[in-house]
Amino acid sequence: MTMAEGDLAVTELHFVRDRAIAPKPPPAAMTGAFGWVRANLLSTPFNIGLTLAIVLLLAWAIPELIKFLLVDAVWSGTDRDACREIVQHREIGACWPFVWERLPYFVYGSYPIPQRWRVDAFFAMLAVGVAWMLWLEAPRRGLGAFYFFIVLPLASFILLHGFPLIGLPVVDTVLWGGVLVTIVVASVGIVLSLPLGILLALGRRSSMPTVNLMSTLFIEFVRGVPLITVLFMASVMLPLFVPQEYEPDKLLRALIGIALFASAYMAEVVRAGLQAIPKGQFEGAMALGLGYRQRMRLVILPQALKITIPNIVNTYIGLFKDTTLVFIVGIFDFLRTIEVARIDPKWATPVTSTTGYAVAAMFYLAFCYGMSRYARAMEARLARGDGQ
Amino acid sequence: MGSDMAEMHSSPHLKSSKLETPVAVEMVKVNKWFGDFHVLRDIDLKVMGGERIVICGPSGSGKSTMIRCINRLEEHQSGRIVVDGVELSNDLKRIDEVRREVGMVFQHFNLFPHLTVLQNCTLAPIWVRKMPKKQAEEVALAYLARVKIPEQAGKYPGQLSGGQQQRVAIARALCMSPKIMLFDEPTSALDPEMVKEVLDTMVALAEDGMTMLVVTHEMGFAREVANRIVFMDDGQIVEANAPREFFAHPQHERTKLFLSQILR
Repeated sequence: MTMAEGDLAVTELHFVRDRAIAPKPPPAAMTGAFGWVRANLLSTPFNIGLTLAIVLLLAWAIPELIKFLLVDAVWSGTDRDACREIVQHREIGACWPFVWERLPYFVYGSYPIPQRWRVDAFFAMLAVGVAWMLWLEAPRRGLGAFYFFIVLPLASFILLHGFPLIGLPVVDTVLWGGVLVTIVVASVGIVLSLPLGILLALGRRSSMPTVNLMSTLFIEFVRGVPLITVLFMASVMLPLFVPQEYEPDKLLRALIGIALFASAYMAEVVRAGLQAIPKGQFEGAMALGLGYRQRMRLVILPQALKITIPNIVNTYIGLFKDTTLVFIVGIFDFLRTIEVARIDPKWATPVTSTTGYAVAAMFYLAFCYGMSRYARAMEARLARGDGQ
Repeated sequence: MGSDMAEMHSSPHLKSSKLETPVAVEMVKVNKWFGDFHVLRDIDLKVMGGERIVICGPSGSGKSTMIRCINRLEEHQSGRIVVDGVELSNDLKRIDEVRREVGMVFQHFNLFPHLTVLQNCTLAPIWVRKMPKKQAEEVALAYLARVKIPEQAGKYPGQLSGGQQQRVAIARALCMSPKIMLFDEPTSALDPEMVKEVLDTMVALAEDGMTMLVVTHEMGFAREVANRIVFMDDGQIVEANAPREFFAHPQHERTKLFLSQILR
């Protein structure tokens, strides 16, 4: 007797399958809408409780929101009387005529009215550029990148700031405001922070002591200081050291401050991605004779950036909302224009502020949710590409 | 194997590069430390062009480190390493020069997961050799055919089995038409069913006269292919001999013990 047979009570030692088992469909409880609800909403007692709590919360909040924003809302009027309970003798929700009237201010700030077409043109050009970059199947994406990164910034500067030689009078940035400023600050921050962040991250991982030290110092210093401090430094301290005639524009200073601030955060995000790439990838690329730049650009960064997309977008969303802090140094971004408009005596009603903030919330939500959805779609697409 | 050779020679692009010097790799009194740990001790090894060396030994004996020194994935602290007439020093340009001519296959394949099989193979020829994309693709497809997976060219590495991935890794290295090939335990991470397909590819390569240094535990392969077997222990070369002699009459006690452990 061999060891395999042993002393165990083996009931059937010899078995040969004589026919294959055909695949059968899964049980009904696993499929369809019912299966989905069971698996996702009602799988455990805790899950059932959670589902119930959320349903109750929504049942309470959504009717209230609809009531305020639509049912009780005031849709027309010329001044505060349209939105006052005492005058109208009914419950008053959102005061939309206030928003309609001040909408140009929310969008353009104090940009001179005859010149506002320039801002519209900028929005249109930006929209084309963003669509060209984000739509991955778009034709001529190389040209799109050239347009987005070279043509657009120059054209935007000429359009918005002005160029008297071609008949565009200069509009001082003090007059810029509203959505215009928010979009300009956010786009510059978003476009500059990623490449700067990548360079800083590579610098921090560099084996060259000077590069490493400088990158680390910059990242740690900027991260260790609140954005408000950076903006204050840029707008209050800088003029003390620079003669007045060379003093850079206030908006430009805020732009640089925000871009540098965001790039320090981005650097740490990218570094996390770089650290997640297995050593074998570096070695595989090295063994093929690829130089440092080729290794990084062709092999390491595409993989590192892919796994950091959620964090990059997280930083972008934070950056987009942080742009509201430029009001500290006297720049009128979108939120600030709402702040100013809501205390206008012409529209002084109990619902004016709430309406204004509701508009602000919807604006920021739309942009941030849009970024988040796009990132999810990207992740799904890249995951498909890898077949993993 | 005959058909492979025919395929190889019928294709205009697949010509193996000639070494500049008769000696492919020369290591003289090479020493290396990891911190306080003395991994390589006075390594002397001379590999002639066309030679096939199998390096074996217990784990931790320094065999992987030794071949990784040849393309400078590891730096040695003393001694000389000359690869096809180029001495390895801190000169980064020379190192890249050497790496271009020395192909390497890793235990864990190290394919680039974000690129297709074809892109994995054309990356270095396009960027390092400055080969036109179309020509690089032709060469890559020819080598993929040679490792018998031309139909996988459009797939991503993650969609292939381990054995297929390792064959892609071999094709990727060959696309640079290297003069020397290093193999660092190429079959150790594979399922037993897939070891043979990779070894067959390596045997075919050996029959074409490629200079090869192979770290492996596959003694069958060593017996069949190697000109010389180098046995390492404790960072030292303990014994080197032709396969027949090595297996039949091991001289050193350590070699005898090792062989008795793995051959039964």
